[in-house]
Amino acid sequence: MAGERTASRLEAAFRRGRPALVAYLMAGYPDRTTSLRALARAADAGADVIELGVPYGDPLADGPVIADAAQVARRAPGGFGLAETIDLAREFISGRGDDCPPLVLMTYLNPLMSMGLPRAADLMREAGVAGVIVPDMPPEAARPWRAVAGGLDTVFLLAPTSTDERVRVVADASAGFVYCVSTTGVTGERETLADAGRRLVERVRAATTLPVAIGFGIGTPEQAAEAARIADGVIVGSAIVRRQHDPSVVGDFVRSLARAVHESGRGSAG
Amino acid sequence: MSGSLLPSAEEAYASPDAQGFFGPYGGTFVPETVVPALEELAHAFDEALGDPAFDAELGALLADYVGRPSPLYRADRLAEAVGLGTVWLKREDLNHTGAHKINNTLGQCLLAKRMGKRRVIAETGAGQHGVATATTAALMGLECAIFMGTEDIRRQALNVYKMRLLGAEVVPVADGTGTLADAVTAALRHWVERVEDTFYVLGSAVGPHPYPTIVRHFQKVIGEEALSQLREKGARMPDAVVACVGGGSNAIGIFYPFLRDVPADERPLLIGAEAAGLGLETDKHGAALTKGRPGVLHGFYSYLLQDEAGNPKEAYSISAGLDYPGVGPEHSYLKDAGLVRYEAVTDREALDAFALLARTEGIIPAIESAHALAMLPRLAAELGPDASVLVNVSGRGDKDMDIVREAGLGA
Ligand SMILES: Cc1ncc(COP(=O)(O)O)c(C=O)c1O
Repeated sequence: MAGERTASRLEAAFRRGRPALVAYLMAGYPDRTTSLRALARAADAGADVIELGVPYGDPLADGPVIADAAQVARRAPGGFGLAETIDLAREFISGRGDDCPPLVLMTYLNPLMSMGLPRAADLMREAGVAGVIVPDMPPEAARPWRAVAGGLDTVFLLAPTSTDERVRVVADASAGFVYCVSTTGVTGERETLADAGRRLVERVRAATTLPVAIGFGIGTPEQAAEAARIADGVIVGSAIVRRQHDPSVVGDFVRSLARAVHESGRGSAG
Repeated sequence: MSGSLLPSAEEAYASPDAQGFFGPYGGTFVPETVVPALEELAHAFDEALGDPAFDAELGALLADYVGRPSPLYRADRLAEAVGLGTVWLKREDLNHTGAHKINNTLGQCLLAKRMGKRRVIAETGAGQHGVATATTAALMGLECAIFMGTEDIRRQALNVYKMRLLGAEVVPVADGTGTLADAVTAALRHWVERVEDTFYVLGSAVGPHPYPTIVRHFQKVIGEEALSQLREKGARMPDAVVACVGGGSNAIGIFYPFLRDVPADERPLLIGAEAAGLGLETDKHGAALTKGRPGVLHGFYSYLLQDEAGNPKEAYSISAGLDYPGVGPEHSYLKDAGLVRYEAVTDREALDAFALLARTEGIIPAIESAHALAMLPRLAAELGPDASVLVNVSGRGDKDMDIVREAGLGA
C-alpha cells in the first residue's frame, strides 16, 4: 500500500491487519512516578501507540479533563513541562527496550519554540520518540519545525470543518498517520460518535494512503469499537486521563478498549 | 502620498504578508477546526473592502450612531500643567459606549452579517469590548455571548450589568486568574465548538490572521481623523503621538495613518504606553513588549510574557484592559523595526495622570487611557516646553470609578 516508501515505526503500528488503539496520557499527572507507571500499564494492556501530552498552560484544543490534568502537572514542584516530558519518555522507552509501542508527543507550539526547535527535535530523537502532534501548528506554519524534525513523524489534524482543499494539504503534510478530530470542539468524552467524524474519515481516506485515526470524544469500549469499524486507529484521551491517578485502573480500562478496537471491524490493509 | 521620495511605512514593510506575518510576527497558529473559519473570514473581509456599500453602511453608522468624527481637543490647562506647548486629545471617550472599541465591533458585526452568521461571541477584560459588542449585536439583531474572567466580572460590575441589559449572555470564566487572557482562551475554545453559526468578534489587534489586519482597518479611522483635524485647525505636525497598549488596537488605530501617510522625516515620535503595574522590577505588570520575549499565544506569534517552559505568565495592571500577557503582532514588528517606541507606565503614574486630567480639563479618562496621559511629563522633559503632543484618549472612566475610589483618588 505504501508503495516504494517504507513505513515509519509509527505508521507500521497501524498496519498490523487490525485497527490500532492510541492511548493518550498526560505526562507528569498526577505526578511523575504515577504517570510513568500508568504508561507501563497502558502499554502492557495493548495500546499500540502512546500519545504523551506535554503539560501546557493554555491548551486551546483541550477540554477540561486534559486541561486540568495539565495544570496539576505543571504546578508540581519544579514544574512539569516539555523538558521533563521528554525525559519521562526517554526513561519509559529505554526501560522497555523492544517491547515499547511508538510514542508520540502531543505538545503546543510555544513550549517547542521556547526550548528552541532544533534542540527539542534533538532531545526527542535521542529519547526515542517517534513523532509529534502540535494542535496549534497547521502545516502552513510548520516549515521551521519540519526543517529540523528529520526522523520524527509530524502528525497533523483534520476536522469536520476542513474543506477538501485542506484535507489534501494536511494529508500531504502528515507522516505516521492522519489525525481526524471527530467533532468540532475540544477534547473530551461525548455521548455519541458524531456522524461528522465518519464522513471526515471517508474524505481523508480518499486523499491519502497513510493510516487514518479518529479521536476526540471517544470514551467507552463501545464507542471505540464503533470508531474502529471506520478508521485504522482510535484515539482515546480524556477517558484515560480521568483514571490516570490509578495506574491499575488505567491498565484495566486500556485492556477493554484495546480488545474492543482490535476485535472490531475493518483493520488496515497490512 | 505627500510626494516624498522616502517610502511610506506601508511600502517599507509589507504589512502584513499573505500569511498574516508582520516581519516574523503574527501568522495563524490555531487548531485545524478554526482554520477554515479564518480563511472564510479573510475572504469575506477582502470582499467587503471591495464593496462600496459596505463602507457606506459602516460610515453612516460611525457618523450617526457612534458620533464620529470624535473631536480633537486642545487641552491647554493640561499642557501647562505638564510643561508642554500643546497637548491634543483625540476624544474616543466621547464615542457611543465610551471607548474606541465600538469602531471595531460595528465593522466586525457588519462582516458577521455579510457572512450570514446569526450569533456573535466576544471576550472582554475591562468590559468595554463586551459592552461594545453587546451594543452592536443589539443594534443588528444578533445573538450575543460575552466571555469574561470572574475577577474582571468583579472589577467591572457596571459593565457586566450593561451587557446583560443589552441582551447579551455574560459567560463567567473561572480558569487561571479569571482575567482577559483566560477569557480569550475560553472564547477561542467555544468558537472551535460553534464555528459554523458563530462569529468571533475579537476585541484588539491580536489573534490569528486576519484579525490584526481587520482590527487595524476598523480602528485606523482614529488616526485618519486626527491627521485631517490637525490640518483643518492649521496645526503643525505634533512632535509625538501617544496611545496606551493593551492588545494594541487603539494604538495601531492612531499610529497606522501616521506610519502610512506621513513621510518618515516629518513623522512624529510614536509612543506606546504599556502597563508597568506595580513596577517592571516586580512580577506584577503587563509589559509584554518591554519585558517579554517572542512566543505563540492565542493563535499568533508576538512578544509575550512567559515562563522558562513557554507557559504564558499572568499579567497584571490596575486597568483590566491592559493586563494581557501578549500584544498585537504588528506592535512587535514596529518595536523591532524602531518605528514605534514602547515604554511602561506604573499604576501609580496612571492614577496621577487620571487625577490631573480630571482636575485640569474636566475629563475623566479610562485608566487605560491614563497610561498614555502619564507619558506627558516624561515627554515634556525629553522634548522641551514648546513641544506638541497628541494623546489618544481611548475611553472614558465611568467604568473605573470603584477602582480609583479604592485607590484613594479624590479623597
Ligand atoms: C478604554 C480602553 N483603552 C484601551 C484598551 C486596551 O485595548 P487596546 O490596546 O486594544 O486599545 C481598552 C481595553 O479594554 C479600553 O477599554
